[in-house]
Amino acid sequence: MALLDIQDLHVTFQTNDGQVHAVNGINLSLNRGETLGVVGESGSGKSQLAFAVMGLLARNGRAAGSVRFDGQEILNAKPKLLNRIRAEKIAMVFQDPMTSLNPYMRVADQMAEVLVLHQGASKRDAVAESIRMLDAVRIPDARGRARLFPHEFSGGMRQRVMIAMALLCQPDLLIADEPTTALDVTVQAQIMTLLADLQAEFGMAMMLITHDLGVVAGACDRVTVMYGGRIREEGPTDPIFADPAHPYTKGLLAAIPRVDQKGDRLSAIPGSPPNMSNPPPGCAFAPRCDFAMEICVQDRPALAAFAPGRARACHAEISVIREGAAPHDDLPFEAAADEAGALSTPEPEPEIEAGLSTGPATAGPPQERPDDPR
Amino acid sequence: MTMIEHDKIKGLSDRMAAEEVRGRSPWADARKRFMKNRAAMVALIVLVLIVIFAIFGLAFAEWDYESIDFMVMGSAATQGMPSLENGHYFGTDDLGRDIYARTVMGTRISLMVGTVGALVAVIVGTLYGATSGYIGGRTDQVMMRLVDILLSIPYMFVLILLLVIFGRRLEMLFLGIGLISWLEMSRIVRGQTLTLKNREFIEAARATGVPGWKIILRHIVPNLLGVVAVYATLLVPLMILTESFISFLGLGVQEPLTSWGALISEGAGTMRYGTIWQLGFPLGFFCVTLFALFFIGDGLRDALDPKDR
Amino acid sequence: MTHAEPLLDVRDLRVTFDIRREGDMPWSPPRLLHAVGGVNFALNPGETLGIVGESGSGKSTLARALIGLVPANGHAIWQDGTDLIGLSPRRMLRYRNDIQMVFQDPLASLNPRMTVGQIIAEPLRTHHPGLSRAEIKTRVKENMERVGLLPNQINRYPHEFSGGQCQRIGIARALIVEPKLIICDEPVSALDVSIQAQVINLLADLQRDLGLALIFIAHDLSVVKHISDRVLVMYLGRVMELAEAQSLYAAPQHPYTQALLSAVPVPDPELERSKTIIPLAGELPSPMSPPSGCVFRTRCPRAQAACAESVPELMGSPTHLTACHFPGKLSEEEVALAVQAEAEPA
Repeated sequence: MALLDIQDLHVTFQTNDGQVHAVNGINLSLNRGETLGVVGESGSGKSQLAFAVMGLLARNGRAAGSVRFDGQEILNAKPKLLNRIRAEKIAMVFQDPMTSLNPYMRVADQMAEVLVLHQGASKRDAVAESIRMLDAVRIPDARGRARLFPHEFSGGMRQRVMIAMALLCQPDLLIADEPTTALDVTVQAQIMTLLADLQAEFGMAMMLITHDLGVVAGACDRVTVMYGGRIREEGPTDPIFADPAHPYTKGLLAAIPRVDQKGDRLSAIPGSPPNMSNPPPGCAFAPRCDFAMEICVQDRPALAAFAPGRARACHAEISVIREGAAPHDDLPFEAAADEAGALSTPEPEPEIEAGLSTGPATAGPPQERPDDPR
Repeated sequence: MTMIEHDKIKGLSDRMAAEEVRGRSPWADARKRFMKNRAAMVALIVLVLIVIFAIFGLAFAEWDYESIDFMVMGSAATQGMPSLENGHYFGTDDLGRDIYARTVMGTRISLMVGTVGALVAVIVGTLYGATSGYIGGRTDQVMMRLVDILLSIPYMFVLILLLVIFGRRLEMLFLGIGLISWLEMSRIVRGQTLTLKNREFIEAARATGVPGWKIILRHIVPNLLGVVAVYATLLVPLMILTESFISFLGLGVQEPLTSWGALISEGAGTMRYGTIWQLGFPLGFFCVTLFALFFIGDGLRDALDPKDR
Repeated sequence: MTHAEPLLDVRDLRVTFDIRREGDMPWSPPRLLHAVGGVNFALNPGETLGIVGESGSGKSTLARALIGLVPANGHAIWQDGTDLIGLSPRRMLRYRNDIQMVFQDPLASLNPRMTVGQIIAEPLRTHHPGLSRAEIKTRVKENMERVGLLPNQINRYPHEFSGGQCQRIGIARALIVEPKLIICDEPVSALDVSIQAQVINLLADLQRDLGLALIFIAHDLSVVKHISDRVLVMYLGRVMELAEAQSLYAAPQHPYTQALLSAVPVPDPELERSKTIIPLAGELPSPMSPPSGCVFRTRCPRAQAACAESVPELMGSPTHLTACHFPGKLSEEEVALAVQAEAEPA
């Protein structure tokens, strides 16, 4: 039996501009000890998928369908059950560790609190365990640093603290939502290595949510590619990268700038992501797709298996996609996002997502940075 | 080949000439949200009615606000009560003057005081605060310490002194209220400017060489207007209250002119003699207006700052 | 790519911030943060220079110093012989027309209360106040067309556009005054991968068609690869390596560049699993008290006593300069040692 089994999951948000359909009928399963990469761009619904599983949707969000963890239904479950599962079975690591750490509490106290609360450990034992865990995520001088406050850590170290905190209760499943997006590449490499090591050590399953196919390539057993709130392609990692069977996956792989290859020009996917408050009746990717046919505009392709362990949702023949389309030299002209059907509605995603677009902070004088003024 | 070129050029000219699409401005969005807020809309309608009352109310009055009805003079409690027959819709005061006409006058003066005070605050306070915040450094320090000093002076005392020394003139009242109302506003605006100042679009304007005053007027002030509008709606009642307090003390507007504060003060004095209408009508208008303004302020805040809900 | 006359010649550029804390006495000694410490490079007309560095490397501060947004010391000599550093705002204005900037956060760099037309027109109205409304409108529309936006969207507001489109608006704003140099500060790091490629291609096309010089800042080496003629790698405010792109990616000389290159994830499962990432020991030192000698020595797998004593100069061939006392490819043993040191619990 799968550890996590998601059936026909829908997530909708009620916003000022009407309903936003973030996730539209997703089926996923994850086995014990397995690593699943969920790949998608902003607005693809990948983060909302994770929040729905954790019962952490924003107040205007509704989830429908079924999420079974270890055979137990947890979607829209009672807070008491959810709290227990979140504390003992499923842990989550967010993109911006600062949002999930209390800036006014010492790191050791924050971590110990979790153990005292959920496992009834004594304060002394809990602190000792916390320090052991900080050691496990390779924070140098864990004993000394445990006495520090979150803001005294660098970005990478803070993410390590978050991971240590997530692992305290030895969860069966770790959901990592863009764990390295806010970090520098050298730090990202360290964190990804750490996650892989810890996963082997603790034997947990991991759901790695990211926009970066490069990160997925090194870390995951299976990959699910999402677009417009739906799964476009899924399968084991190697064949997906070697032989993408969906135009979106293919386009995404071609668009990544690579340090290891020659080539002057990047191959871009034209257009903008779809507007999820007014999704097109057909395939959401059709307006940007090189292989789009008439049927794609009206009829939404279903996810169908086409090889052992692999599935895709596309009307075009695989042989056609493998051959590839003629490269387009001129990008089409773009109307404003909402007209072209792009995502411009206020993102329903909670604060955590708001930081996604900020790359690594750059050097400069210490400044007062305003909060996102939306 | 030439065909393609031709097509391309035609496409280009078509696109250049295509009809321009209207944008959905942030203000229009805010207006839509405000209209959806029922309490705020009701309050807005009530406020508009009160303004109409202040402007056109005298047209329906049968009595002047300063002339005395000698029929009821001296026996206000028995004959001066509100009645449609003798034209005193709201009754009369002890001197036999028509309360309806006097309430219209009082509403005029009070609303004027409130509006002028808020207007001065919006214009002076916004510009002062935005300038101080944008320039920053030592200039900011000096400008803000000046505000601190002005704030530390007990303004009510100064206002009373002003009125006593220069006489109880309406202009003096406006001046006095205008002098103090912008201080708090400038502080709020400065704080907001400091956070706006490091936004990339301000940097973009600086990088391209837009002069400082243009940045303040074009980039900073429009992005502050949300906060300013909300605070201004809260300032209007504050100004009305200040004026009322001064008039209540007997230092406000000069008789026979009147204001809500003066009317309420008179009404309160004669409450015991069974002439409750003398207090009731002005007080009713006063309270309704204040409530309306508070609801509108609330609605504005929700509309302009949807994240803060 | 050697021209007689560089467009911009940067010599020993330094940016130091005094970050005196709130509550410090006015006479207490200044606390200095060395954001950029002595950067040298020359930019030729029509050339694209990629500047790469992680957070804290001073790359954005460098860009802001060049355009006069933060005070700096040193020299940045423009084509006509004028030193842009320390120029009075009045005299700088002329050069602000020739140097434009594109910012990182597409939406935040556009004033939400202005229409796209007003935003794009702003530099034009600043530098050419004599133009009529109709002329300005035509120029705005031409530039919207040039960056792939429909000209009839001129009256829309930024929030009605997606991130990639907002960045195009930012690019149109930079283009409208026909600058000679555009500084792009992480123009694609906030965008989705598929959109990133659109914007990079657009910039590359514009650069080629208009003969612009570009300074393209990024935090990882993969993004600048496709657009840069030369790449400059920064660490803690200093230049580590400056080389022609081909040479840099094929044979990086500085240990830091090698570490940076090894850390970039590659979308190829086999390569990604088998590759060795060169770990950097410890954390980024504070820019308040940078290490003596080579600033990278505290984290360098090859650091030796000499590295602490003197600051390495940029040396090598004219097409490939490295600031390292012991440049060259790290041997397998060196990498293995570093990996081992990293894995050991502290």
